[in-house]
Amino acid sequence: MIVREPRQFPETTNSLQNLGRRCLVIIGETGRCGVLLAQSLWAARHLLVSRRMRRETVAQMYVAGIRSIPVITIVAVFTGMILALQTGLVLSRYNQEIYVGSGVMVTMLREMGPFMTGLILAACVGSSMAAQLGTMMVNDEIAALEIMSIDPVRFLMTPRMVAMLVMTPVLSFYTCMMGVLGGGVVAMTQLNLKWSQYMVNAMDFADIKDLYVGLFKSVIFGATIVTVACYEGFTTEQGAVGVGMATRRSVISAFLLILVLGYFVTRIFYN
Amino acid sequence: MIRFESVTKQFGRRKVLDEISFEIRKGEVFVIVGASGTGKSVTLKHMVRLLTPNAGRVMIDDVVINHAYGRELERVRERFGYLFQGGALLAWMNVFDNVALPLREKTRMGKDEIARKVRETLAMVGLENDGDKMPSEISGGMQKRAGLARAIVRDPEIVLYDEPTSGLDPVTARMIDQLIARLNRQIGITSVVVTHDLHSALTIGDRIAMLKNGKVAELSTPAEFRKSRNPAVREFLDAQFITPEAQEGGF
Ligand SMILES: Nc1ncnc2c1ncn2[C@@H]1O[C@H](COP(=O)(O)OP(=O)(O)O)[C@@H](O)[C@H]1O
Ligand SMILES: [Mg+2]
Repeated sequence: MIVREPRQFPETTNSLQNLGRRCLVIIGETGRCGVLLAQSLWAARHLLVSRRMRRETVAQMYVAGIRSIPVITIVAVFTGMILALQTGLVLSRYNQEIYVGSGVMVTMLREMGPFMTGLILAACVGSSMAAQLGTMMVNDEIAALEIMSIDPVRFLMTPRMVAMLVMTPVLSFYTCMMGVLGGGVVAMTQLNLKWSQYMVNAMDFADIKDLYVGLFKSVIFGATIVTVACYEGFTTEQGAVGVGMATRRSVISAFLLILVLGYFVTRIFYN
Repeated sequence: MIRFESVTKQFGRRKVLDEISFEIRKGEVFVIVGASGTGKSVTLKHMVRLLTPNAGRVMIDDVVINHAYGRELERVRERFGYLFQGGALLAWMNVFDNVALPLREKTRMGKDEIARKVRETLAMVGLENDGDKMPSEISGGMQKRAGLARAIVRDPEIVLYDEPTSGLDPVTARMIDQLIARLNRQIGITSVVVTHDLHSALTIGDRIAMLKNGKVAELSTPAEFRKSRNPAVREFLDAQFITPEAQEGGF
């Protein structure tokens, strides 16, 4: 998957050919990302024997998880507050403000929790991952690993992948809780509900299935972010400019994939 | 030992190597010179299959390396040490850990044995007191020397040096030259040195190859190289104020 020369495509002469070529490129990249994902998961078996790899995984958990908590907290609390405010305004027209808790809870668990976590991790963690691996590629550090017969996928990608797969559900759950908390603040201050009324309603509608599907979704998002970031990093060319492009592409691709995959997971589980 | 057979390498439409052929013999110091962008680094990368040729083949003894993969490729690469142009140290590890990395990952040596070997190798490149520094805290020349230590820590048969002396002060550069010569003479390491520092090429080289326009423009011993009438070589020599009359070793 690691390439250090531009891929060659035949010249195109019209826009139809151009479109066809683009499709082929995207299909090819999807396939290579899939292979990369499979390789990194298969290499995770080395975690059982390699202490260095376990240490690195924990370090990556810290990078991916703990360091993004401040941003996640702010985003989650405000997401919950906005949700509560909007649903509260509609509900209050029918004097049904009491149901605002359920609205916030269900939306956070099913969609907003995993979704917000995914976007933030793609922006904070995925981008820096792509930039770091891209820089290593440009500085021949990846080549040096290959010469030493140290597989860069096992050495660099697997710890990041495992760390992310562990941290995304945790962070997603945390986002949901913070969102419900934020919603509660709005319910109390703007909708004149009591904290207990809000929470009782919220918990009544909290479904364990919603939680599981949401956490599953967040795991998918985590795998997507790392795969895209590492793919872009490992295919970086052209020095510092290339690193910038890889970073940008990794964030855009991860955002789009999170949206699209999120929709499909929802469709599979809620029919 | 390393044989290029009509190797052609293209990036897009640009032919960087155009059917080049040469052989590097066991135990010699083979120097590749040429202007920037003539494909010296590309040539080195072909020897360890970081790049594969579009046509022709690269042989390491009797292995065609452009078809090798898996265990076979790993066994071939194990015989090589590679000093990259910028050192290519891993930024998040200190110098000691960087040098110890290949031993830790690829051998069954114990902790003490590794520590001893790493200290010994660091001393060879003059970095015995800098093991605990991070790559970002040391100068470019020191990074290069640390990269060299990592390249030779597993006692390779062949070491590829990509511009080992460029960007170094003259004293350190001559120290690296001496180190390359010493590794070659004492341990019998076959060395391939890419450089555009002709002084070091003429001092340490057993044979010098000059690349120009994707071809080997000249392949000769230092004495012949200095006297060559090839205009490409003359231009290169004149640019560094080296005359045919100069005595061996005295610039
Ligand atoms: N991975 C690559 N992708 C595309 N072009 C490359 C790549 N590596 C080298 N080149 C091109 O090949 C030419 C020779 O590069 P190089 O071998 O690095 O030169 P030098 O002799 O200075 O070491 C340059 O023009 C460079 O642009
Ligand atoms: Mg070069």
